[in-house]
Amino acid sequence: MRLLIIEDEPDMLDTLAEAMRGEGHAVDEAADGEDGLFKATEIDYDAIICDVMLPVFDGFEVLRRLRKKKRTPVLMLTARTGVKDRIQGLDTGADDYLAKPVDLNELAARVRALIRRAHGNAAPVIRIGRVEVDTAAQSVTLAGEPVTLTSREYALLELLIQRRGKIVTRTQLYEHLHDEHDSPVSNLVDVHVFNVRKKLGQELILTHRGRGYTIVS
Amino acid sequence: MRWLPNSIRWRIQLWHGLLLAVLTGFGFTAYLFHFENTLARLDSDLRLRLYILHDQLTRRPDMESTRKWQQPADEDARLASELFGLPMIEAGQPPPEQRLLERPEVHDAFPAKDGYYFCIWYRDGSPFDRSPNAPPELTLPARAASTLFRNRPGVREAYDFTPPGECLLVGINDAAFNATMTRFAGEIIGYGGIVLLLGLLGGWWVASRAIAPIRDISEAAQRIAGGRLRERIPVAETESELGQLTTVLNDTFSRLAAAFDEQARFTSDAAHELRTPVAVILAQTQLALAKPRTIEAHLKTIEMTRRSALRMQELIESLLTLAKADARTAEPPQECQLDVISRENLDHIRPLAEERGIVLHHDLAPATCCAPSDHITQIVTNLLANAVKYCRPGDAVRLSTQRENGHACLTVADTGPGIAAEHLPHLFERFYRADASRNRFTGGAGLGLAICKTLAEAHSGSITVQSELAKGTVFQLRLPAV
Repeated sequence: MRLLIIEDEPDMLDTLAEAMRGEGHAVDEAADGEDGLFKATEIDYDAIICDVMLPVFDGFEVLRRLRKKKRTPVLMLTARTGVKDRIQGLDTGADDYLAKPVDLNELAARVRALIRRAHGNAAPVIRIGRVEVDTAAQSVTLAGEPVTLTSREYALLELLIQRRGKIVTRTQLYEHLHDEHDSPVSNLVDVHVFNVRKKLGQELILTHRGRGYTIVS
Repeated sequence: MRWLPNSIRWRIQLWHGLLLAVLTGFGFTAYLFHFENTLARLDSDLRLRLYILHDQLTRRPDMESTRKWQQPADEDARLASELFGLPMIEAGQPPPEQRLLERPEVHDAFPAKDGYYFCIWYRDGSPFDRSPNAPPELTLPARAASTLFRNRPGVREAYDFTPPGECLLVGINDAAFNATMTRFAGEIIGYGGIVLLLGLLGGWWVASRAIAPIRDISEAAQRIAGGRLRERIPVAETESELGQLTTVLNDTFSRLAAAFDEQARFTSDAAHELRTPVAVILAQTQLALAKPRTIEAHLKTIEMTRRSALRMQELIESLLTLAKADARTAEPPQECQLDVISRENLDHIRPLAEERGIVLHHDLAPATCCAPSDHITQIVTNLLANAVKYCRPGDAVRLSTQRENGHACLTVADTGPGIAAEHLPHLFERFYRADASRNRFTGGAGLGLAICKTLAEAHSGSITVQSELAKGTVFQLRLPAV
């Protein structure tokens, strides 16, 4: 999944990005409100983690402007933990609110839940035929047997499963699996699809020639 | 005054009681005085009637008839009769026409309704005449040389003896006198009682009214002391001493509440500033411990942790400096040369300024003030560091010191971007930043200028700022010169 983190404290930004990459997400970074809003508007992120106190314009302003254009899930992150701040954040359109200092595991869980809900999947475990994907534990089983996937392969599988029944283009797959710093050759997506099929069966992912891939629910 | 009751209301009542006791004393005296007066008047009435009797006895309304029964027994009696005028008569009832009461003068002096009576005895003790209303048990008093008064049960009597020895007695039933005095005493007690009651009620009312604000004050003060700092004492009026006291107390409470608020905001801001580096340390260490990582990743974690710790240390030092300056610990006075300290600071900051392409000028005339040199160093460092931090390459910073009107002045003027007018009034507030968020390039917690101001004021000085956008900023420190 592709995330955007907007945070002005360089060390904090580094840490959060590293943690989210460790969770298998592709992460973009922005150090101020202006840059953050630009990226959030340009790219369809799966979720945005946004600090409140930001230079140029603050997190609430980013949220207000973004909501005029997009429904991307936003998790607000702040050192201000007053009830008023939380209410203001949620009222402005934040999907979740977390106070600093954050527990990275909690942050990861909340981001996963945000992404699930954004695709209308409330339950963390999704079953397609013999394949069962636990999005909370990020584990996959085939007919009850655990299957080991690389983080990219898992990300691709989850992406298709969250949007099951819909065709996902190769460009979309590319965008959601790689962050701004990656520059892999574009057919790497096909390699990941090939590997997933090898591990979970050929019939799981359908190819729509010239359009993209889909997992039928 | 330990024996006095503690309640002010009761003390006031005690005073009322004392005053009323004095009034009672006056009432008692008035009663005695009135009693004496009335008795004297009664006695003079009795005396007047004695005189009338005397007068009537010595007169002979009917010389002939008198002569008829006037048969002096001997020469003495005749002489006495001549002297006093009462005819010397034989024992036995006087002739009916001689009864004194029938004379108009006597009749007027002894009207039946007034209760006056009289009785006259011959010198031998036999009755001569008596009014019909004279008490039957009336006895001849012992002989005396002058007019005497006596009290018998229920009556007041006056008697007199003629030189030969006849006794004249006039009396009156004292019921009327007693009734008068009783009524008078009743009036005094009644009026006194009413005055006492009114006085007590009025005193209680006035005392209650006067004390009510004190009760309000103590109740409100108790609530405020209990932590409800927003509350104030209700002010009914501001004219009386208590009203003024209330106003003063309310002002004090307001200032205290403001100080508490400021302290709470300061603490909250400080906690917030500390929270950011703590958040970095916690997240980085959590990340580092979560799974095996490369040495490089661990080194990065340690670097970040150290940076955060340094930032926290800087903040803690600033907070301590402020706390010390706030507490105003008394230190022995020290002389401090602004120009010397400025020169040292310029040398310290020069490498940084050169690196950033900023030109440093100085114009240091001797100026000495009375303050610890480390405080002055801190102020100069903060001002210079700010100037260098916010200036762009090519800008100039000028540091000057001079003596001016009994003040030692230090000025830091730069040609930097300047500060917008709306920020100037808040510039010296703790944690205030002209940029709404902390600036990751300039760093700092927003305490530098607050520390400068607190330190300057701790040494009876002041610090001011003038700035114009795109022209530059001038900070001036003024301290009493030595």
